[in-house]
Amino acid sequence: MSRIGVFVCHCGTNIAGTVDVARVAEAMKAEPGVVFATDYKYMCSEPGQQMVKDMIKEHKLDRIVICSCTPRMHENTFRKMLKDTDVNPYMLEIANIREQCSWVHTDKEKATEKAIALARMAVAKVGRDFPLFTSTIPIHKKALVIGGGIAGIQAALDIADAGYQVTLLEREPSIGGRMVMLDKTFPTLDCSACISTPKMVEVSAHPNIELRTSCELEDVSGYVGNFEVTIRQKARYVNHDICTGCGLCETKCPTKVISEFNQGMSERRAIYKSFAQAVPAKPVIDPDHCRKLQEGKCGVCQAVCPLKAINFEDKDTTFTDTYGAIIVSTGYQLIQWQDLYPEYGGGRFKDVISGLQFERLVNASGPTEGHILRPSDQTEPKDVVIVKCVGSRDPKKGKSYCSRACCMYAAKHAHQILEKIPDSNVYVFYMDVRTPGKGYEEFYDRTRKDGANYIRGRVAKIYKEGGRLICRGEDSLLGRQVTVEADLVILETAMVPADGIGEVVHKLGIAMDADGWVQEAHPKLRPVETQTAGVYLAGTCQGPKDIPDTVAQASAAAAKVCGLFSKSEMETSPMTSKVDQSKCCGCGHCEVCCPYKAITLVEIDDREGPKKIRRTVASVNSGLCQGCGCCAAACRTGAIDLLGFTNDQILREVDALCQ
Amino acid sequence: MQFSYYPGCSMDTTGITYKLSIEYICSKIGLVLHEIPDWNCCGATAAHSKNKMLALALPARNLAQAEEEGLDLDVAVPCASCYSRMKHTVVAARQDENMRRKLEEIIGMPYKAKADVLNFLEIFSRPEMKRACQEKMYRTLKGMKVACYYGCLTSRPVEVTGASSTENPMEMDEIVALTGAEPVEWDFKTECCGASHQVDAPKAARPLIERIIRNAKANKAQAIITACPLCNLNLDMREGEINKAKGTRYDLPVYQFTELLAVCMGAGAKDIGIHKHFFPAFDLLNEYLRKAGD
Repeated sequence: MSRIGVFVCHCGTNIAGTVDVARVAEAMKAEPGVVFATDYKYMCSEPGQQMVKDMIKEHKLDRIVICSCTPRMHENTFRKMLKDTDVNPYMLEIANIREQCSWVHTDKEKATEKAIALARMAVAKVGRDFPLFTSTIPIHKKALVIGGGIAGIQAALDIADAGYQVTLLEREPSIGGRMVMLDKTFPTLDCSACISTPKMVEVSAHPNIELRTSCELEDVSGYVGNFEVTIRQKARYVNHDICTGCGLCETKCPTKVISEFNQGMSERRAIYKSFAQAVPAKPVIDPDHCRKLQEGKCGVCQAVCPLKAINFEDKDTTFTDTYGAIIVSTGYQLIQWQDLYPEYGGGRFKDVISGLQFERLVNASGPTEGHILRPSDQTEPKDVVIVKCVGSRDPKKGKSYCSRACCMYAAKHAHQILEKIPDSNVYVFYMDVRTPGKGYEEFYDRTRKDGANYIRGRVAKIYKEGGRLICRGEDSLLGRQVTVEADLVILETAMVPADGIGEVVHKLGIAMDADGWVQEAHPKLRPVETQTAGVYLAGTCQGPKDIPDTVAQASAAAAKVCGLFSKSEMETSPMTSKVDQSKCCGCGHCEVCCPYKAITLVEIDDREGPKKIRRTVASVNSGLCQGCGCCAAACRTGAIDLLGFTNDQILREVDALCQ
Repeated sequence: MQFSYYPGCSMDTTGITYKLSIEYICSKIGLVLHEIPDWNCCGATAAHSKNKMLALALPARNLAQAEEEGLDLDVAVPCASCYSRMKHTVVAARQDENMRRKLEEIIGMPYKAKADVLNFLEIFSRPEMKRACQEKMYRTLKGMKVACYYGCLTSRPVEVTGASSTENPMEMDEIVALTGAEPVEWDFKTECCGASHQVDAPKAARPLIERIIRNAKANKAQAIITACPLCNLNLDMREGEINKAKGTRYDLPVYQFTELLAVCMGAGAKDIGIHKHFFPAFDLLNEYLRKAGD
């Protein structure tokens, strides 16, 4: 016979003000199995906990019911308390008579009745509780960082500096991401490359970091502490072990290709390094454009390479490694505005460019060596229009969200134009100016004082007349149409998740929001974690943000990983699903509905009468299982039970409620 | 090929060249248009600015008349405004069964909303129509640079018209290219021509015409091509007036796209009413027909 103790908390007047706690305790004494019941002012306090412990000894209690606040608040507190006693920490039930009773009711009589009902349910359930024991899993102290932009770089460096091994994965031939494309960063006007390239070099030289460029995620299995990850190394056609990066091949390659790094405004060769400070500082061959690989002719690079590092036979390879934690830092790209905004010329006008193109134009290492020149005729523009929120805050055509960084870099663009072209006019069409950040408002203020004309309204149409671009829009402060003639138009376009994020998310078993950004575990309190234990987020893969926020988040994700790695074993919650294989029919419904990919179908040996047979049944990986219970609900033969919430326990609760 | 046909009020008056050129093409390629018997006004701007149900019911009656004929054909509508009003009715009746029943009640006859409403750009965009036109053309306007002007109502609102693009449609460009004329890339394809405001609010509306003509001219067009009697009238009638008032020298004749097709099929100027244009329209056609060796 079980020996149940019931402890009813007053929570000051929080509960006792609306619920007659003494009556609840009294009523519980009559419940079967209850040998002791009492009420107390603060059950979670030190003397409260001591009283519970004392009563356990005195009455030889083996199961405990606490009637108090939500289990989210203090279930762990009481479980810890039970560790010092003979009672198993999972032989504990919390009846939530605060959030679900006293706080939401005013009628004391009825609230007391409800509290008694809730307590009775908990007593019924605790009677069917059985001891559960936590187990531990080993933690493989090596982290995988997916995406080598500033977020990935920062996270990798922080983890590596803490003394742990890191693999940094980048699908492009060089790390650096978007930040290294930028000219200057707001609001301090630091040279973006000057502050990011030293970090890139540090990554390549760090003894704890394994840098893997031209690589993509192929497959992920396993669970926190023990992810088995397969990575595809794309063929580079250049043996980086031999290549010294002398660059002779690049100068001799006859094939010119539009440069992605310079946003289509210059050319590179088919064998190329994305940019001068690329890390690793060694070229790769672009197989889609290389004449040798496409047509079998040429091979000039192979002929001129003094070290014979060129290998046209190179193939994609895969390798597998084990990681304890994974950070996703896949970043963003700019929205393809051309299809969405035909009224802005839809890409027909060469002098209507994106903000990122302008960054390359104004950059000293860009296609114009930092001179702001129109792409169409290489002349210096005198009148420049900047259009904000192209694709952002425009649910009908683009995205409903604000891309957060554009207001500031629009101000920076205006400032740079006015600085480099002293007699220029800059017009900024805006909806709102949003500058929440240290020194941001001051920077915007300064840009206006520099002479930038801010016009509140959207641009309705951009068209061309007499070689100039005409921007027609609304000045909503004056309440009338305005047209501005411009030589150059810069569209500050929306950030969207990087191409291929869907595949990464799918392989990791994490979630995306409606716009394709990776979903954090909690928007406020767990911003760098995902729903999958051991997978963390950093930077713009989670949503639009600027560089300071990205770096902060990257360090936060790294701290989470270091926290995980500080232990060599991890305690796992015992409240996971369990399959009764004798009842399982192997239908696989549970496998489909499991959000954590914790269930697999396995074959087992069984008997059917005298016959030996092989049978398919479900099997739960308790390392991956988060105890959500979807499988238990989906199981049609009742073979799956969620430990701590078994079907039997829940039915007892229902019975108790319906007495 | 056959259609039910709703001419609307402009086809015998301001849209006479549209009507004559359509009829000419029909006679050449065997396109048959069955005029809806006893048709009424589409409601135009007046109805929908006063009463939503009236604006839907007036076209509903026309469409119901066409159904009553029992020909089971889609309805061809030359005027962009008529087209817009009738398309609104079809969409409203198809989206909402209660609305359809209500319309039946108002017009006092059955209306099933089965037939589609098509403007002549949609009709001539069909591959078989293009093929048929191509076969009957023996003259070309090779090298004549034209700005295809669609106006607003053939494409907007997109929820009703289902147009492929509201900013840079290409249907007319493709049809006109059959004549050898070269459509230019320009930016005012779907801007408003001012519509009836050219009559009641000329001060505000005239600049709308001028900027269309100016942009066509700036992009090296020699003529503007339309697909709507009112767009055509506004541009054609006001161009000279603008030149006079502002001292500009715009010199772009304004044709319906069907006029170009008809001319290339052999229509004489009087057959399709080239002499009825306000802005001189004969010389340019003549020049290019002669250049091409006709």
